[in-house]
Amino acid sequence: MEHSLFLLLIYVFVLAIFVGFELITKVPPTLHTPLMSGSNAISGITIVGAIISSGSGDFLFAKILGTIALVFATINVVGGYLVTDRMLKMFKKDKETKV
Amino acid sequence: MKSSFLQDIIWISYLAASILFIFGIKYLSSVKTARKGNLLSAIGMLLAIIVTLFDQNILSYETIIIGIIIGSALGALMALKAPMTGMPQMVGALNGFGGIASALVALAEYFKYDVVRLEAYGQLMPYNLSISIFLSLLIGSVTFSGSFVAFGKLQGIITGRVVKFPFHNTINVVLILLILGFGLYFCFFRNLVDQLFLVFALSLILGFLLTLPIGGADMPVAISLLNSYSGLAASATGFVINNNMLIIAGALVGASGIILTNIMCKAMNRSLMNVVLGGIETAGLSIAADDQKKITVKSVDSEEAAMIFDSAQSVIIVPGYGMAVAQAQHAVRDLYLALEERGKNVRFAIHPVAGRMPGHMNVLLAEANIPYDKLFAMEDINNDFRNTDVVLVVGANDVVNPAARKDRKSPIYGMPILNVDYARTVIINKRSLNVGYAGIDNELFGYPNALMYFGDAKDAIIKLTNAIKEL
Repeated sequence: MEHSLFLLLIYVFVLAIFVGFELITKVPPTLHTPLMSGSNAISGITIVGAIISSGSGDFLFAKILGTIALVFATINVVGGYLVTDRMLKMFKKDKETKV
Repeated sequence: MKSSFLQDIIWISYLAASILFIFGIKYLSSVKTARKGNLLSAIGMLLAIIVTLFDQNILSYETIIIGIIIGSALGALMALKAPMTGMPQMVGALNGFGGIASALVALAEYFKYDVVRLEAYGQLMPYNLSISIFLSLLIGSVTFSGSFVAFGKLQGIITGRVVKFPFHNTINVVLILLILGFGLYFCFFRNLVDQLFLVFALSLILGFLLTLPIGGADMPVAISLLNSYSGLAASATGFVINNNMLIIAGALVGASGIILTNIMCKAMNRSLMNVVLGGIETAGLSIAADDQKKITVKSVDSEEAAMIFDSAQSVIIVPGYGMAVAQAQHAVRDLYLALEERGKNVRFAIHPVAGRMPGHMNVLLAEANIPYDKLFAMEDINNDFRNTDVVLVVGANDVVNPAARKDRKSPIYGMPILNVDYARTVIINKRSLNVGYAGIDNELFGYPNALMYFGDAKDAIIKLTNAIKEL
């Protein structure tokens, strides 16, 4: 049982890598910097693990580590999305810049 | 029963969040939809965070609230304060934070296990768990210290040059073997915390040593690679806590980083290994020493340059890292407007590795309000240089060096370059005649159709623009 779950997770991982390749090869070079910061914000998803560890009651050490992780992950998420939006706001077409 | 129903809702929400991440990246494939994509991805993240708060393993909320408030404040502050020229550092720092967060979550999961009791029964934690903890800790720590060094180099705290200790690569190999040794012992023999801490410490050192030899101009590769690691670390953490959403999100980021790394390496005609080992500097120095040709250059002042622009119909501007350093993007915008007003066709040619991260120049020019449909990637504009009257090179050097095309001895031989030398006239703005990053002379400067226009990029471009307006 333990093993089949682990294998299932590996299936998901491998398939997601393929989805990632398909999606990202279509991103034009102009957007490579926002792609990096935006995808970086997504890697802050580890915040989910940090929240669970930070909120766990019985394990003091896990709680401390989880809370530190939570601070870092939140910086990653909030900083990543905000800075990406700030960048994407600036990209304008020819006509839009003349107005 | 009630709690398992709640758990089902949490898992379905995680699936929804994963789909939002995928659509978020999908919408990044066009400038028009990119902002919406980022918003979708952020909504997915918010959804994931909110439903996690209902997880039945969460017993108290004080530390969660404090952590999120502190993190949000710091993250928002960084995102709003960072100048556009400092984007590579910003992304570097964010990569590092993501990496260390993943590593710490893995470590926290370990401490939830009563290892002492397991040992008493002669048991080990499940292999899949111990291996995932080990990998997450390893990748996360390497990402953290590597990003920290990259940040230092980009910020100018650590020298941007290639730094290597004696036996540098040997030390790295020994470190990797030690990490694997302690890791395997941890996974398959005894789940001791000592081994885990050793893996943690040695991985931090490894990340530091791996990034230190990477020179400034190779930063686009380093940042892309670290971006990939931060995703893989999140995936590994997903394996630790058995969470598909983390695995999917992490894999998407991992794939993104790998693709960008590949594009950057191709744009420099170098293997990833060569970049990681910091190879180009030594090659460059030896060539420069025994094969130094004297190049005689012609230089122009702002009035002469303005006259050349005045008689031109088509102009291509080639920006490089020098433009970022001099913060000259707004001056370039004024020049672009002045030339457009006079009916010239002005375009921008952007080499994939111009600047310090993928797409660095595009963001700076977008900040200066230059329309993105005037920015062209190398393969889309390289054939047009032949029919172009004037090319202006601002702070770029190696990416326009014709030696890459024909000099087999040159360390940058084979690297795809912008064919600026095919234009009728090339005006190169540089601070001085110093060699570029690769440490080699640029023979372009001595070409009959090349003119040097010396000066700090910002001042020089402002002077040029004024001279054009006065004509």
